[in-house]
Amino acid sequence: MSSLSARAPSPLRVAMAHALLIVACAAVLYPVLWVLKMALTPSQAFSMDPSPFPSTISLQNFIDVLSTTDAYGGRLFFRQLANSLIVAVVTSALGIGLSCTAAYAMSRFRFVGREAGMSMFLITQMFPGVVMLIPLYILLDSLALLDSLLGLALVYSTTSIPFCTWNLKGYFDTIPRELEEAALMDGASRWTIFTKIVLPLAKPALAVTGLFSFMTAWNEFILAATLMSDERAYTLPVVLQKYVGDFSTEWGRFAAGAVLVSVPVMALFFALQKQLVEGLTAGGVKG
Amino acid sequence: MPIRAPHRLTTAALGLLAAPLAHAGPTELRLWHAYRGQEEAALEAAIDAWDAAHPDVVVLSLSIPPDALKTKFEAAAPRGNGPDLLISAHERVGEWVTAGLIAPWPEPEAGLHPATVEALRYDGRLYGLPLASKSLVLFINTALVAEAPADTDALRALRGALPAGVYPLAYQSTDAYFHAPWMHGFGGGVRGPDGFQLDTPENAAALTFARSLVTEGLLPEEPTGALVTQLFNEGLAATVINGPWFLGEIDPSVKFKVAPLPIISGLGRRAAPYLTVEGLLLSAHAGQPALAMELGAHLIRPEVAADRAAIGRQTVATLAAYDDPRLTDDDVIEAFRAQLDATVPMPNVPEMGATWEPSARALRRVMRGGMGPEEALEEAQRELVYFSRPAPPAVDSTPYLLALGAAVLAGLVTLGRQASQRRAELADSLRAFAWVAPAALSMALLVLIPFGVGAAVSLFAHRSGTWTFVGLTHFFDILLARDWPITSNFSFYATLAVTVLWTVSNVCLHVGIGVALAMLLREPWLKLRGMYRVLLILPWAVPNYITALIWKGMFHRQFGAINGVLVALGLEPVSWFSKFSTAFAANLATNTWMGFPFMMVVTLGALQAIPRDLEQAAEVDGANAWQRFRHVTLPLLRPALLPAVVLGSVWTFNMFNIIYLVSGGEPDGGTEILISEAYRWAFSRGNRYGYASAYAVLVFGVLLLYSRATNRILGRGAA
Repeated sequence: MSSLSARAPSPLRVAMAHALLIVACAAVLYPVLWVLKMALTPSQAFSMDPSPFPSTISLQNFIDVLSTTDAYGGRLFFRQLANSLIVAVVTSALGIGLSCTAAYAMSRFRFVGREAGMSMFLITQMFPGVVMLIPLYILLDSLALLDSLLGLALVYSTTSIPFCTWNLKGYFDTIPRELEEAALMDGASRWTIFTKIVLPLAKPALAVTGLFSFMTAWNEFILAATLMSDERAYTLPVVLQKYVGDFSTEWGRFAAGAVLVSVPVMALFFALQKQLVEGLTAGGVKG
Repeated sequence: MPIRAPHRLTTAALGLLAAPLAHAGPTELRLWHAYRGQEEAALEAAIDAWDAAHPDVVVLSLSIPPDALKTKFEAAAPRGNGPDLLISAHERVGEWVTAGLIAPWPEPEAGLHPATVEALRYDGRLYGLPLASKSLVLFINTALVAEAPADTDALRALRGALPAGVYPLAYQSTDAYFHAPWMHGFGGGVRGPDGFQLDTPENAAALTFARSLVTEGLLPEEPTGALVTQLFNEGLAATVINGPWFLGEIDPSVKFKVAPLPIISGLGRRAAPYLTVEGLLLSAHAGQPALAMELGAHLIRPEVAADRAAIGRQTVATLAAYDDPRLTDDDVIEAFRAQLDATVPMPNVPEMGATWEPSARALRRVMRGGMGPEEALEEAQRELVYFSRPAPPAVDSTPYLLALGAAVLAGLVTLGRQASQRRAELADSLRAFAWVAPAALSMALLVLIPFGVGAAVSLFAHRSGTWTFVGLTHFFDILLARDWPITSNFSFYATLAVTVLWTVSNVCLHVGIGVALAMLLREPWLKLRGMYRVLLILPWAVPNYITALIWKGMFHRQFGAINGVLVALGLEPVSWFSKFSTAFAANLATNTWMGFPFMMVVTLGALQAIPRDLEQAAEVDGANAWQRFRHVTLPLLRPALLPAVVLGSVWTFNMFNIIYLVSGGEPDGGTEILISEAYRWAFSRGNRYGYASAYAVLVFGVLLLYSRATNRILGRGAA
């Protein structure tokens, strides 16, 4: 009779649920399969054919993307993959590192400017990036952080701080305070409590927050192309963007590159599935 | 008022100065370009040869994505981080000369195609060396047509001669660059005797002709670049107008040849495409101008140019290169070389940038059949006059500085008073401040400062490298709708309305679909839950740049998958981008596809924290599934969903990519949102950075008001 009781739901209900989910999955998969098809088709044309399956399969596009070399014959792809990984990992670490204490303070302390601070963080999400590019370039130049992966990671992590803070604060709010109060009584410092009790409990949220910062850095190319002036310092999205020309795009290679770029992110999503569901609170849940 | 004077260097003199400065270690010569593939390989080979002959110099060449080259050069050059040389399309020359970014080049020896040299001349002086050029030509599928149609009548006559379903001609007929050959062939152009003039009888005649190609069934509908390629490769288009980049897209099994564009029957003039010259430009801030020019001289030498033509498949500017035995039998290179004699160099003055949008808009209106050529061109001319209007008069900055000073002072006083009143509280807060400091300081440095500087730009008007302080003029112009009727697509309020509609409908769909799927996915009896969940978050993982373009392809009028489904269901196909409602729906569908996984995951997380006994109790009380959801589950989800909704709406409000890539603002700019309008003012309407920045500040203002409103709702949760 119903899904809530211990009895199994009616077969009709099960079938309908599956039908709905299959339709949703098909709608989600169709464009993704198309990217895969273009990557596997040995042509640089954009396919208009409605079938999402390739008629001929070739790995040539992948080979082309993987075998780019620099002026000295060095393999560029893996170097650029390494750059991307370094920047993305440093961005995650910096993003979490810079925001976790702020999130904890906003969750636990009452202080002057707390509400204003929370909304300030949200407000920075509203700055349109268009106006900030050149000032940012000049600023990084003055700080001698141009052409440095660290500089790039620093910029990315500051753009991800608001989300990190919101999300972590939301999760900290759900952690019962009794534990901390007991530890305080025992004479533990706030810092000890934070690092020894709160952070270990917040693992799912830390994972999700890290994943978000990782993706901010992983897919961005305008800043990376503007701030980096050495092919060996490029990140992968910059390299991908090279296949998009003024007049025409090399779709096959672009799609192959997009697939290669997406694989690590998909792997992370897959690995962090459980944390993703538990840790994504975006600043809410409980007061 | 920083007004940058044109920075003209006498490069010869500097060259002399630079020569004795040889110091230990190889001298670095930096070259930026946007080449890739074979073109890049050919350039690198040419540079290597020169490098080998100059052991004390090392050339550092850098390939930059075309989208980033302009901004990067403009940011880097004035700071001394730019290259000595860069290879760029010649149409940016005027802008960069007035901005003082590039230096003149001495007149080269004879032997370069004169049109390519003239294209690089600005204000009577030469800026750069022509390396190669690009223009449109006619590609002919020789399995369908033996001889290249010599004139437009011959092209028309193909209609009867070809098998059913084969189009005589395919090209991107709604793109102003691709329409230009007809425009020039009919004696028109974007420039009249007194500056830029779009509404001429010749231009109207060219539009009438292009429209007749559609009405007579010679052209496919909505011919995007992808469709043109596909039709040609499948033998469904006998001829195609396209550029050299098309060579890489032709299927190896298709037999084709290349010919100059046809003659306009009755007029006897040849259709003349725009000529784009790839110039080697010398940075005004080059550290090694003499060496740079020496490298330039090497790149245009006949044997080096012949290599670039043979390996890079470039139409090189050096005429003697075509005597190379590798090129004399090359029909493709020969056809591009022949077309070079019938081209119109793209104007290189800064004002040219503002003509594309009005021209394209008029072209699309006529090609769709929605407007007559004369009327459309008059409208285009009005837009052009507005886009290229001179800067507003300069304003005295003193009152603004005084007001700023007063505001800072008042702020400090209020802050001081607050501090003394709440001294005790503040002392208590110090510890918390230390916890917040890392995030706050890094954001202040890398987010607030750049934004403040960017926002200050809105007080200046930018015209071709010159900045004028105009105070709040831009804001008054925009907010008082001084330039356009309030209902026009250019008006701030019309765009704001579209943006709000865009944000609200997106967020509703994201939340609706996300919550619905999450409710399904939480059921413990559902098999394959893990698999569904992973598949459904895929849109999040693939870069949205590529999926947005795939969605655009799916909405194609004639060949898109969506209309394919509609037809299969017995419905009429929809011309998605010709009406506001359908174009908006196409954008919405794309962004919903990308946005719902976030809400789904947030909901799944929140659902885990909700005990199910409440629902069971409601069920026992006889509540049906909808009532249980509406009155039990939803209220419990609210605290988790509200912040996600606030964040999601801010992200959607500024979701530039989708609008730009899917509808591109079609029809007639109707689906533009505020942020994409700001982008257009900055980059395609004469680089009006100040006006664009004012738009961005207003976007920020609107969102600030929104967050004020939501703060009250959120405040309950945050307290």
